[in-house]
Amino acid sequence: MAILSPGTVAPAFTLHSTPDQSLSLSDFRGRNVILAFYPADWSPVCGDQLALYNELLPEFSRLDAQLLGISVDGPWSHAALSSDRHYHFPLLSDFEPKGEVARAYGAYHATEGVAERALFVIDGQGVIRWSHLSPMGVNPGADGILKALDDIHAVAGQELP
Amino acid sequence: MSGTLAVPVTEADHAKGSADAAVTLVEYGDYQCPFCGMAYPIVQDILARSGAKLRFVFRNFPLSQAHPYASMAAQVAEGAGTLGRFWEMHDWLYQHQDAWTESGAEGIADGVRAVGLDPARMEQALEDTHIAERVRHDFMGGVRSGVNGTPSFYLNGQLYAGGFDTLGQAVAKLVAQAP
Repeated sequence: MAILSPGTVAPAFTLHSTPDQSLSLSDFRGRNVILAFYPADWSPVCGDQLALYNELLPEFSRLDAQLLGISVDGPWSHAALSSDRHYHFPLLSDFEPKGEVARAYGAYHATEGVAERALFVIDGQGVIRWSHLSPMGVNPGADGILKALDDIHAVAGQELP
Repeated sequence: MSGTLAVPVTEADHAKGSADAAVTLVEYGDYQCPFCGMAYPIVQDILARSGAKLRFVFRNFPLSQAHPYASMAAQVAEGAGTLGRFWEMHDWLYQHQDAWTESGAEGIADGVRAVGLDPARMEQALEDTHIAERVRHDFMGGVRSGVNGTPSFYLNGQLYAGGFDTLGQAVAKLVAQAP
C-alpha cells in the first residue's frame, strides 16, 4: 500500500488527543497541518523524531502550521509520553478502530499492526501538498517538512514573519 | 533527508584545523546529550590521528525540551567563544558532562571557573542576544541539513549515515585519499 500522494484531499478524521478530548482535521482548516504518523510510543527513534519536532514548534508556528503526532497507541499512553518528554503538541490515538486513519492515508503496516513512519503536509484547504514514507527505523528529520511549508508559502506569495 | 550541509562552513564557525584542510568534519551536537558525550573522545582521537589534513567544526544542536541544560551549556560555550575560549569551555562541558548534568546551572558555573573565565565577564557576555541567536542559527541550519538527532556528523558536506563508532575509519579513508 502506497501512502497518499500530493494533490490528494486529506481524509477527514476525528481522534482522541487526550482521554477526554478529541480533535478533527477540519478544526485546522485555514492553517497548514503536519501529520506525523509513527509506529509506537516509547520506542527510541520515535522519541528522537518527536523531540526534534517538539523543538521546532516555534518554526512550525511561524510557517502557520500545526503539528499532529499520530499512532495506534491509546490516549493514556500518549498522555504519559507527552508528560515525560515535555511535548507541546497533540498526540492522536488511532486506536479504535485500530489504525483506521493510518489505513486511509496508506500508512498502516498491517503485519506489524502499527502506523508506518509517514509524514504529510496538508494545506489550509485540506489538500496534501507533500508526503514522505520513511523506513520504520529511520528518523526522517524535518528538512522535508520545512521545505514543503516554504513551498506552500512561496506559491501563495505570502509574507512570513 | 537531504543529507547535505545546508550552511557552508565559514570563518564564523568554531573550527579546529586549517580552512585549507582536505577533509572537513562538522558535528551538530548537544552538550547534555549522552551520545554526544560518548562521541567526544572518539572525535578527540580522530583529531589526534588526522593531523593537518582535517578540520573539525562544532555547531550547536541543543534539544532543550529533552535536555533542560543543553541551551544554557550551548550559550555558555558561545559566551566563552566571545572571550576567545570556546574550545576550552567545549572540552570541559564534554569532559564533565555527568557532573554538571546532575547539578545544572551551578555545575556549569563551576566549569566557567575551572576554565579560568571571569564569572562577571561571562555574565556580561551572555547578556548579548547574539549568542542565543547564534545557537538558534546553528540549530536551524542543522535542521535544514537533515539533522535528525545528536550527534550528527557531516564529512565534506555529506551526512555521515553510519554510527560514530565507525566515523574514525570513514575520516581516515578520506584523509588517506587526500593529496
